[in-house]
Amino acid sequence: MTNFIFELKEGMMIALKAIRSNKVRSILTMLGIVIGITSVVLMTTAINGIDNSFQKGISALGSDVLYIDKWPWFGNTDWWRVRNRRKISLEDFEKFKELAKLPIAVAPVINSRQTVKYEDRRVDNVFLNGSNQDYVKTTNFTFDAGRFYSEIEAKGARNVVVIGSEIEKNLFPRGDGLGKTIKIGNENFKVVGILAEQGSFILGPFNPDNQVFVPIGTVFKYFMNKSRGSVTLNVRASGPAAVADTKVEAEGIMRKVRGLSYDEEDDFAINQQEALQQSFNSIVGVIQIAGLFITGLALFVGAIGIMNIMFVSVRERTKEIGLRKAIGAKRRTILGQFILESSAICLMGGLIGLLIAIILSFVIKQFLPTTVEYSAVVIAIVVSLITGILAGFAPAYTAAKMDPVEALRFE
Amino acid sequence: MNIINIEHIAKIYQVGSEQVHALRDVTLRIDKNEYVAIMGPSGSGKSTLMNMLGCLDTPTSGKYEFSSSSVSEMTDNELAKIRNKEIGFVFQTFNLLSRSDALHNVELPLIYAGIPYAERRERAEIALIDVGLKDRMHHKPNELSGGQRQRVAVARALVTRPSIILADEPTGNLDSKTGEEIMILFNEIYEKGNTIILVTHEEYIAEHAGRIIRLKDGLIEKDETVKQRYIPKPRAEVV
Repeated sequence: MTNFIFELKEGMMIALKAIRSNKVRSILTMLGIVIGITSVVLMTTAINGIDNSFQKGISALGSDVLYIDKWPWFGNTDWWRVRNRRKISLEDFEKFKELAKLPIAVAPVINSRQTVKYEDRRVDNVFLNGSNQDYVKTTNFTFDAGRFYSEIEAKGARNVVVIGSEIEKNLFPRGDGLGKTIKIGNENFKVVGILAEQGSFILGPFNPDNQVFVPIGTVFKYFMNKSRGSVTLNVRASGPAAVADTKVEAEGIMRKVRGLSYDEEDDFAINQQEALQQSFNSIVGVIQIAGLFITGLALFVGAIGIMNIMFVSVRERTKEIGLRKAIGAKRRTILGQFILESSAICLMGGLIGLLIAIILSFVIKQFLPTTVEYSAVVIAIVVSLITGILAGFAPAYTAAKMDPVEALRFE
Repeated sequence: MNIINIEHIAKIYQVGSEQVHALRDVTLRIDKNEYVAIMGPSGSGKSTLMNMLGCLDTPTSGKYEFSSSSVSEMTDNELAKIRNKEIGFVFQTFNLLSRSDALHNVELPLIYAGIPYAERRERAEIALIDVGLKDRMHHKPNELSGGQRQRVAVARALVTRPSIILADEPTGNLDSKTGEEIMILFNEIYEKGNTIILVTHEEYIAEHAGRIIRLKDGLIEKDETVKQRYIPKPRAEVV
């Protein structure tokens, strides 16, 4: 063991000397590994960031909420068959609400896209959410200011609005939106509530931060013909454990409300955040594999560079190898010396790459909630070491098995 | 006492489809504290014999005993060990590591012997002082003259206190005056009780030895004891 440490230490000294005496070449070779490790670490970090954003965002949807809709979020039902389904009407909602015993809240939701204006500020194409006072109970919304609209306001289809945090930032940069009157389309609405930041950008327009919330009656009054819109029922179970039972009950009630006989298929879909999650996970999985493959290629190219330069180095130093063998270096010692040399180059490159990745991750942090994790640091170091050992092995083996007589004669 | 005991060794190289008999049948004994010169024209097998003696190569057939252990049957690692501990090489082209200073070059065999840093530094310094390079320890080979480079190589050969010094045309790359100085150094080393085997094709170099072995076509042509040519010269002038 002490012998091994001695050889490792001496081999390291020799390797460092060799790297130092060929500075430019070593640095250029190292560059390949630097780029490889930087891209692998950044890729991992970015994917983690996307994942974090999504998990944070999706939690805004709530894991215990069912979305009963004409359209399934996912699935392989033919789209034309779905299109021909009857719309889900407000009457369906009323009947459903009457019959359902398990949910703690049911709210009808209709969506539209409208331009929102305050004085000379405007946001186009805002997701307009029309519902009733129970909508807030199907979410986990928290408020920066004000409140959700009340039952009276909902029933009376009053022109009141609750705005998401991003909308507020855009219309009221000074954060003084509460009580102001904004224009949605051409109609005036009074801001009664401002949401705290809820989700994340990953949900895009579905992020509550980018939405405005108004009583459903106003949507039908100003923006949409009542006979056209199909509502979504947001059904909140009493907890994650009750989701399955609530879903069974909901399906039974919906079939009854829709008057389906036993041999007819459901003409509605019960969507869940879980399905979104699964679908997202599979997408992220694909990005992850593709990303790691591509960045792995960069690392692989770097490794080939190392291997190439080590072959050149071994050939250049043939005579030196012959001499070292003549004065007592064993095969193992020569093998170790060259593997140490390539490992040292790779490890240095890996550490530099890691440092660059950590610096760049602060830039990424501006867009994605992410940091370089300890696991990524450890992986980067281990991967660069393994790369060095693997890339160095073939050249080192060539050196180790040289015949000392031949090597000494080499010119 | 025999250090080297060779009996009927032969070495055959396969070159393409042809077999080359570099050594045919050589029997040889070398005692402790002998000064032997091996001579012969090129192609006589003297390089092959020297590689064999230096344990860089093993014979195709025959017996080679070095200090009573059989070299013919040794593994690569055992050969490396015996080269490290028992043999000091001096080459025609010096074979120094060009990017390392004299001290590191001399220290090198001790690294492979597993000697700790402090001890090997001290021993390398002493070896360099012994060959008269006290003031050149931290010079790199390209900052040294040919004679000084060969002195570094001699110090490297001596530093492990080997049983034999094996010198292959040690003056081949030096002018005659410097060559003569190196030969004086070898005389001194011999007088301290070392065993020296010298490979050369020059008579006046071989005359320094007490025994001349002449090879021809892979066989020993003549093995004679001769009177040493001795050039007395005080150390101070050498430096």
